[in-house]
Amino acid sequence: MGAETLLEIKNLESFYGPIMAIRGVSLSVAKGQIVTVLGANGAGKSTLLKTISGIMDPEKGQIIFEGHEIQGLEPHVIVKRGIVHIPEGREVFPLLTVDQNLSLGAYTRSDKVEIERDRQLVFDYFPILAERRGQEAGTLSGGQQQMLAIGRGLMLRPKIMLLDEPSLGLSPLLVQEIFAILARLNKDQGVTMMLVEQNAGVALDLADMGYVMEIGRIVMDGTAERLSQSDDIKAFYLGHQEQGQRGERRWKRKKTWR
Amino acid sequence: MPEPAVPATNTEPINGREEDLETLQLFVSGLANGCVYGLIALGFVLIYKATEAVNFAQGDFMMIGAFITLGLTNAGYMGLPFWLAAPLAIAIMGVLGYLLDYLVLRHLFGQSQTAVVILTIAIGFVLRFIAGAIWGHEPQTLESPLAVGDFRFGGVVLGFADVAVIVVTFLLTFFLYQFFHRTKLGLAMQAASQNQMAAYYMGIPVRRVQGLIWGLAGMVAGVAGILFASQGAIDPNVGLIGIKAFAAAVIGGFGSLPGALAGGLIVGVIEPFASRYLPAGYSQIAPYALLLFVLVFRPNGLFSQVRTKKV
Repeated sequence: MGAETLLEIKNLESFYGPIMAIRGVSLSVAKGQIVTVLGANGAGKSTLLKTISGIMDPEKGQIIFEGHEIQGLEPHVIVKRGIVHIPEGREVFPLLTVDQNLSLGAYTRSDKVEIERDRQLVFDYFPILAERRGQEAGTLSGGQQQMLAIGRGLMLRPKIMLLDEPSLGLSPLLVQEIFAILARLNKDQGVTMMLVEQNAGVALDLADMGYVMEIGRIVMDGTAERLSQSDDIKAFYLGHQEQGQRGERRWKRKKTWR
Repeated sequence: MPEPAVPATNTEPINGREEDLETLQLFVSGLANGCVYGLIALGFVLIYKATEAVNFAQGDFMMIGAFITLGLTNAGYMGLPFWLAAPLAIAIMGVLGYLLDYLVLRHLFGQSQTAVVILTIAIGFVLRFIAGAIWGHEPQTLESPLAVGDFRFGGVVLGFADVAVIVVTFLLTFFLYQFFHRTKLGLAMQAASQNQMAAYYMGIPVRRVQGLIWGLAGMVAGVAGILFASQGAIDPNVGLIGIKAFAAAVIGGFGSLPGALAGGLIVGVIEPFASRYLPAGYSQIAPYALLLFVLVFRPNGLFSQVRTKKV
């Protein structure tokens, strides 16, 4: 790839209560890329994102963003650096209107003219939000709330977007729609993204690079193309049934991560 | 038996008119009391929405606000002009609210709600003793320009203070509404109360915003204190009407600002009517009887903002 590194994580360790949720993770995200982190429930993916965005403090290791260490800083300081976290389960402000939710996305900014321009940009990408701009966010459908969450994140004009399971609880059609928009955002606006997903199929289609996380560790990495060709990924994440000579079953297979 | 029917028909309309006037009189004075309850309830709700804690010292905040104004403006103390003392007292209350959060409550971050509740009850006691130590335990009267004179409309006599209380309360509510819906900080406060986690994700410094809400609640208590003191004498125990205001907040639906004000008005209006029409002794329990009713039939309050979260 050769592009300059925007975000680099070195030997990160993070605890979720008494549980060591991240056990020495290292990865890097190049500018303009989409990097996906795959993994099952409880692999530590969300904890990883929360540690980057400062909601949780790491025990050990470094998070380097644009050449500066940012681990352990307050969340609002990290947001100001240009890292926006789009949380799992949308987390919109339910009693505020769509417009007000978007305004809060730009909370750390004060350039009014530019903020309005970005609001128009969000409406260009998500026309349904323009239609519903006066409506309370809590009354939107799940898909619309996810669009609002992404649009609200865009309002920060982020250098990198951390997306936590944007496909969660959405119909396959809506997932396609939202991932198509994410691809356009990356291509047209050059937004770097770090995408955490259980839905490996759509994530690998969208991403340039991928990492696989299991119980707090990175067990595999590579280009998205290479990962989607890998037998283990096919078997355990893409759900391809393999018919061995003796009717070998999926649950009997051992993961080798090769 | 042939009763003297003629005079009866003559006096009846007059009696009816007098009763109407009395009803109106009771209603307006109830409204004025209710505004003070409403403002204290507003303070409860502000802090509850922002921090999910109930500040049981809110009534005592109001009392302190009243005494600070009294200390600044009464001739026996500092003797400042009222129109200087009032904004000054409100500002001091704002700072007090902020500092209380910053110095005391922020250290309980992450502790159970019970701890916060007990702490605020204790703070209420402390405030009462401090007020007693500084200003004494005897009832005193605020030398307020609001407390003199009255309006007469036909047969209705309205104390100037009552009218001022109603006007100021509605102005303040209007101002707060504008603040919460039009300004960036107001929106951030709403955001922090609706979804604390998401507020963090948006780069809102949640703890500082919560501190500012405590400051705002202090200022509202300051206004309530000045209005309360304009209606009659105060002593360090007047903060106990906070309990009634708490009932008002619950009746209105804890978590709704307009609900808090409406709850306050309802409690305020019920009181004079209860004491006029119910046997002595029963009138005192009227607000709590209503509270019980509301809790049974509308557990979320009359104006609740409860909505289920979509997955």
